[in-house]
Amino acid sequence: MKEPRLGVFICHCGGNISDVVDVEKVRQAVEGAPGVKVAQTHMFTCSEAAQQEMIRLIREHDLNGLVIASCSPRLHQETFRQMARRAGLNPYRYVQVNIREQCSWAHPHHPGEATRKAVALVKGGIARALRARSLEPIVIKTRPEAMVIGAGIAGLEAALGLSRMGIKVHLVEKEDRPGGLLRDRGPIFPTDQKGRELVEHLWREIHRDANIRTYFRSHLCGKEGVVGDFRLKICRDGEEKEIRAGAIVVATGARPHTPQPGEWGYGSEGVCTLYEFLLHLAEHPEEKPLFYRGRRVRRLVYVYCVGSREPAGEKARTYCSRYCCTAALYTACLVHSRWPEVTQVHLYRDIRSYGKYEKYYRRALGYGSVFVRYSPQSPPEIHPGGRLRVRVRDLLTAKQEIELEADLVCLVTGLEPVHSPELLEHLKLPVGKEGFFQEVHPKLRPVETMADGVFICGCAQGPRTAEESAASGLAAAAKVGALLLAGEVKREPLVAEVIEERCDGCGECVAACPYGALELSGDRVRVRESLCKGEGACVPVCPQEALQVRGYEHETIKALIDSLAEGLADA
Amino acid sequence: MSVKILVFSTQNISDPGVDLAGSSHLPYSPGVVVIPVPCSSGIDPRWIIYALEKGFDGVFIAADGTDCPYLEDCTTRTGQVVARAQEMAREKGLDPRRIRMAAICSVCAEAFVNHMRNFEKALQELEHGK
Repeated sequence: MKEPRLGVFICHCGGNISDVVDVEKVRQAVEGAPGVKVAQTHMFTCSEAAQQEMIRLIREHDLNGLVIASCSPRLHQETFRQMARRAGLNPYRYVQVNIREQCSWAHPHHPGEATRKAVALVKGGIARALRARSLEPIVIKTRPEAMVIGAGIAGLEAALGLSRMGIKVHLVEKEDRPGGLLRDRGPIFPTDQKGRELVEHLWREIHRDANIRTYFRSHLCGKEGVVGDFRLKICRDGEEKEIRAGAIVVATGARPHTPQPGEWGYGSEGVCTLYEFLLHLAEHPEEKPLFYRGRRVRRLVYVYCVGSREPAGEKARTYCSRYCCTAALYTACLVHSRWPEVTQVHLYRDIRSYGKYEKYYRRALGYGSVFVRYSPQSPPEIHPGGRLRVRVRDLLTAKQEIELEADLVCLVTGLEPVHSPELLEHLKLPVGKEGFFQEVHPKLRPVETMADGVFICGCAQGPRTAEESAASGLAAAAKVGALLLAGEVKREPLVAEVIEERCDGCGECVAACPYGALELSGDRVRVRESLCKGEGACVPVCPQEALQVRGYEHETIKALIDSLAEGLADA
Repeated sequence: MSVKILVFSTQNISDPGVDLAGSSHLPYSPGVVVIPVPCSSGIDPRWIIYALEKGFDGVFIAADGTDCPYLEDCTTRTGQVVARAQEMAREKGLDPRRIRMAAICSVCAEAFVNHMRNFEKALQELEHGK
């Protein structure tokens, strides 16, 4: 390696740092340290003027490493990486040191100790920069083909969106028809269009589209390759078919929660779930008067939050499915308009008809629906039998117990996750605490997953309305399009590497890697870089310290510990 | 100078939580320094022992917990790392109570600060108990 020539730049952050940390003292403490050629302070290192000055110094002093002590790397790591690139310096030779969130802001009443800590942190950054290597992103060519798993509304929209961008689509559905939860449904909010007509409309478009191939009664049964060029297997009736695709969209949906027999009176005559009632209404839209499985319905009671927002516990559904309040209110409006003679009572915990869906609450109220609020501590008691009754304590009238006679009790249940073990095994997607597939970030990367090239949308991610599912399907299509149409994918090179002279080929790391990124090749382990995520799960299991993640090498971490320990001991 | 605690945090999950403690102006000891790593399952127990040998009074693993974007069993794996480090500490005559682990999520600012205060107190008691 060339002689180290580092530039160290310390930020005042307009006083956010320098009001507590004596940045000049920090600069003096590192100026002249081995390898440091330039040490400066700036009022705002992220400002264009400061960046231009740093670029000038990098070029003028032929710097081959950079340490910037400022805010959290989450804010400006990418800014400074790009600056390094503009200066002709490999971006992986730059180290960000956080002396704002983790120093000046955390220790405002101890300026002396905060300054000493800042010196220790910057010296740690120098130790890292001295060991930093020039790295290049891993480049993978992309294939303009995608697999969409699930032909519910999210999957159908994703497939059409992708095809419109010129991407060939393989649409895989485990059932023998498309449509998912909407397939057999009557009118749905907010458009009043029938679910089955919506599905038929989308399906006609797909059927006409030569760019989309559909595989019914099929499921994913194998995945190899990397983002940009996966080799996937789908199975149907014991037969396998290989498909190449650059990305995968998982739109496998969710299922309505069904209580256990006896729970909330479920399974007894006159007690059904909202989903079952909606399917019945779709099948008998014009029936007069209203009957449900042979029972004349004059008094209809909805019980909200059944199987939702449960107290924490094993397998408890602690979450709110959000869509079900609106779905129940919309159903009540439908029943009021078609069968005005039916009395409808809603037993609810909280009405969560958010945003524009509030209108269904007002409309149901206007039609004559009665709302009774119950407490989760005393949920409604459903007494089945010849005379179906519901007892509830009304929170809004001093918890008076009231008894309602009902012909039909409709349990408003939410959605619950449905994942095939095979899908989890092959895609290795992270699952959140509620059991749904988890995105990287709900706002910043809402349809991306930690599995590169695998995107999620619709109810597979969590309960949502048909409208929201369609939007997330299109969002996933847009992300896949941006990925595949670029022609190549660049991935962070901070992945695992093997120190060959230490590796004795014991293979413990191969078993520890959750991504299949390590393999034994002769008596040595080899890293398949394109599969490695760089989380480092293999590192602690290696008895020989032969595995490390770039940027977090054993020697780098130990040098960092040395610097930090010495820096704090100097106090 | 205060007790010296080395924290291994994770870039995606616990480091934002530690940052949030700072940006919420929740103070903790200046003797706490943080090394961010990609995932807590990738912390080598040898680094933990090395830090104790180099003069840190305690090492705290701010684990990803169930929020880990890489691994479903991250907590189990991180627990194994900590258990191994405590075993190595015993072998070297170091007190295993100097090593702690807790899941710190991206908004767990208060939890982090409480952990730091409790750990600092526990480490001070260990010193006085000598």
